[in-house]
Amino acid sequence: MKLASRLRGTTAAAGAALLAGACDLRHAAVLDPKGPIALAERNLLLDAFYVMMVVIVPIIVLTIWFAWKYRASNTDAEYAPTWSNSVKIDAFVWLVPTVIVIAVALLLWRDTHRLDPYRPIESKEPTTEVQVVAQDWKWLFIYPEQGIAVVNQLVFPAGRPVSLRITSDTVMNSFYVPQLAGQIYAMAGMQTRLQMLADQPGKFVGRNSQYSGGGYSQQHFEVVAMTPADFDAWVARAKAGGNRLDAQTYPALAAKSRANPITYYSAVEPRLFDTIIDKYRHGDHAGHAPARRQ
Amino acid sequence: MFGRLTIEALPLYSAIAAGGAAVTVGGALLVAIVLTWLKAWKYLWTDWLTSTDHKRIGIMYIVLALIMLLRGFVDAIMMRAQQAMALNAGGYLPPEHFDQIFSSHGTIMIFFMAMPFMTGLINVIVPLQIGTRDVAFPWLNAVSLWLSAAGAGLVMVSLVIGKFSTAGWTGYPPYSGIEYNPGVGVDYWIWAILISGVGSTMSGINFIVTILKRRAPGMTLMRMTPFVWTALCASVLMAFAFPAITVACGLLALDRLAGMHFFTNAHGGNMMNYANLFWIWGHPEVYILILPAFGIFSEVVATFSRKRLFGYESLVYATAAIAILSFTVWLHHFFTMGSSANVNAFFGVTTMIIAVPTGVKVFNWLLTMYRGRIDFHPSMMWSIGFIITFVIGGMTGVLLALPPADFLMHNTTFLVAHFHNMIIPGVLFGYLAGYMYWFPKAFGFAFDRKWGLRSFWCWLIGFYLAFMPLYILGLKGMPRRMETYNDPSWQPYLMVAAFGAFVVMCGIGCMVMQLYVSIRDRKLTVDRTGDPFNGRTLEWSTSSPPPAYNFAVIPTVADREPFLEMKEKGTAYARPAAYEAIRMPSNTPIGVILGAFAFVLGFAIVWHIWWLVIVSALIMFAAVIVRSSDDDSEFTLSAAEVKRIEDERFRLMGTGR
Repeated sequence: MKLASRLRGTTAAAGAALLAGACDLRHAAVLDPKGPIALAERNLLLDAFYVMMVVIVPIIVLTIWFAWKYRASNTDAEYAPTWSNSVKIDAFVWLVPTVIVIAVALLLWRDTHRLDPYRPIESKEPTTEVQVVAQDWKWLFIYPEQGIAVVNQLVFPAGRPVSLRITSDTVMNSFYVPQLAGQIYAMAGMQTRLQMLADQPGKFVGRNSQYSGGGYSQQHFEVVAMTPADFDAWVARAKAGGNRLDAQTYPALAAKSRANPITYYSAVEPRLFDTIIDKYRHGDHAGHAPARRQ
Repeated sequence: MFGRLTIEALPLYSAIAAGGAAVTVGGALLVAIVLTWLKAWKYLWTDWLTSTDHKRIGIMYIVLALIMLLRGFVDAIMMRAQQAMALNAGGYLPPEHFDQIFSSHGTIMIFFMAMPFMTGLINVIVPLQIGTRDVAFPWLNAVSLWLSAAGAGLVMVSLVIGKFSTAGWTGYPPYSGIEYNPGVGVDYWIWAILISGVGSTMSGINFIVTILKRRAPGMTLMRMTPFVWTALCASVLMAFAFPAITVACGLLALDRLAGMHFFTNAHGGNMMNYANLFWIWGHPEVYILILPAFGIFSEVVATFSRKRLFGYESLVYATAAIAILSFTVWLHHFFTMGSSANVNAFFGVTTMIIAVPTGVKVFNWLLTMYRGRIDFHPSMMWSIGFIITFVIGGMTGVLLALPPADFLMHNTTFLVAHFHNMIIPGVLFGYLAGYMYWFPKAFGFAFDRKWGLRSFWCWLIGFYLAFMPLYILGLKGMPRRMETYNDPSWQPYLMVAAFGAFVVMCGIGCMVMQLYVSIRDRKLTVDRTGDPFNGRTLEWSTSSPPPAYNFAVIPTVADREPFLEMKEKGTAYARPAAYEAIRMPSNTPIGVILGAFAFVLGFAIVWHIWWLVIVSALIMFAAVIVRSSDDDSEFTLSAAEVKRIEDERFRLMGTGR
């Protein structure tokens, strides 16, 4: 009796844990996108997952079933020790995976082009341009149109496309916002691109996902989507401060620091982003240096 | 005099690092004391360290792999413990130490656990399965072993003198460059890989030649066992892929030592070239490791289902297809580097194409079980556990092969869970299946089933507990390699994962018990037949352990399952009218000497002790010259001696025990 009740208790606890896990999973960043890019990426993920289940589940069931049915002690089961060939089955086992792979490959081809991180989001709304610089161990966001810069906070108007140009002033980093855009590497002397759009105002988490040294674990930043009016007010507030980011103040910022607080710069030297890229391109000032040609 | 080596190199910066060093030194001392106490040094030297016998070299490879498995696992459980505690800067490891641990874990498990384990199994079994007396180049084989051991030694010594790399097992520049990492860690990593990589390349060449040139009469290519086929394909990959990492590490070493700029983004260098070179080796490497495991599963499933392998030809073509395709997918390791959509899509599609031959193999194993008589030997259990677990990893692999989905999950713990989900069931379960299957062949007594099964269940359950939470954490956006984190919702999953690692530790404990119990009971379980599992292939036709010459008379093969066919025809244990003398390779100390000085050379370069670099290089050069001018590298075993050994075998076989 005691055992039965304990067993029931354990089962209930395990069930509760599973249920909690399932609920938790619904809100997992990757499965809970807040913008069209991340949504499309997630949908591709789920579509492929369901297609794969068509093969995965039968294989798992068949493995367990065959292992049980053809166990040595079950002498009632058929035994065909020399049966080892069947053209029909061979054709089946080559064709079924091929068909599934073709199906998923078509999805892949379409969506890889559609979701190319270099392709701007089509929208009637104006696009916000942001230049992103990975540093040890923080993120610098430069707003060339507004002439401001922020450390460890990326703010933009909701409902409008955001176009990011990304580089690194240190080792390789990966700029990662799972709920809005996915990720792309940030590499010194080069520029990569990423597009995103938040459907609604909200706060999200952004991180570096490419290990970069001692302060890597704390190298996360706040992503805030605001209404356009709030965004304008935020820009005005940022501009009101007295901090200037230029050739004199930049080196202090670029020096190593951990868990850097959010910092605003009311003015930014024009072409600072290009200067940071050019630092790593001795004798090669052919303008912007994309990781790939556009 | 000592380059940059000073007393500061001792790991006194943290109690845990000092403890690790103490355990390493203590373990080495303990082994030395036990060997002295047993007066085993001479035996060890003459019968093992200087041996050119492929079976002994193979066993030494596997011993190396098992020792390094322990070391790599200690790293793993330390990481899991740290992350389980590390919410808001909790935990017991500083970042600099945690970062060394994840770097050494990956490096050790791939280069010094999986590679030696695979090379060891191929060494012990392939010559037996193709009916030959040794590999094509027995001395080269010993050199390969000792170069691998030298590399492993460099990783181990970094625990005691200096620090290991913090650049991860992939060592991406510019982080691994001199500007960001001026210490010795990255150098240890580079030279461990360079030295052992040379050994792996030579192993690959050795196995290719052995399999193509040394097969018994009648063994056409399409009569080779699936394990020999996969060993051949893996060896071809080794010979072609390892030069790429040798070049990548060599150029990185030039960047670091000679001020060059291959990967630094200054003066025209580019880090992206490193990523390409590394993964041009790195992806085939996955198949170098996994193909032989697939071969083992094919042998084990057929033997313990007591049935012919289903779809042999399909399986061979699938193996060859995987081997070729493995060179066409490397870019999927960095979809997020900004390649164009066409490039990303191309590599995504080629990656998914590999799923087709892999799927074919899974169906073939299933259909081999179908209408069989399945004996749940531990090796069979590893195989069944593998199939079920591996398809889940394959599925998540196809998800990651979709570039847009990879943007969401690259570099997260989802990726970590995926590749462990391929490598643990696909590679390690396969090697453990082979280890438990062929142990009686190598040593002549049974390997305890009960502890083998316990080990299997602990590994399987521990695996699911340790890695399923990491999939969820990846979906929650947790990057890999975090020493601390600020999201409290991650912690419960990390605690489950740590518990899973603990269950795996029990599995490793069961493996130790299995060895202990089997060795303790060896007199009771001795096997005189050489064929404890009603085997189908040639390795079971000779005695256990096989004599140095493997086969007194080279068998003639007429079937895909030659030994089963011989047993059915009644010719299995037929004895010839007269034995012939056999030429055998002599033992030589040159292999172990080369390995020892390769270790010294690597150590000296790491610490910039240039005179020692020159001295050890000269000694290695001289050793090779001495060996090359040695015309007496073989000896003859007389026909009378062969007859005496064979008479003894058949006499004992007659007594049963």
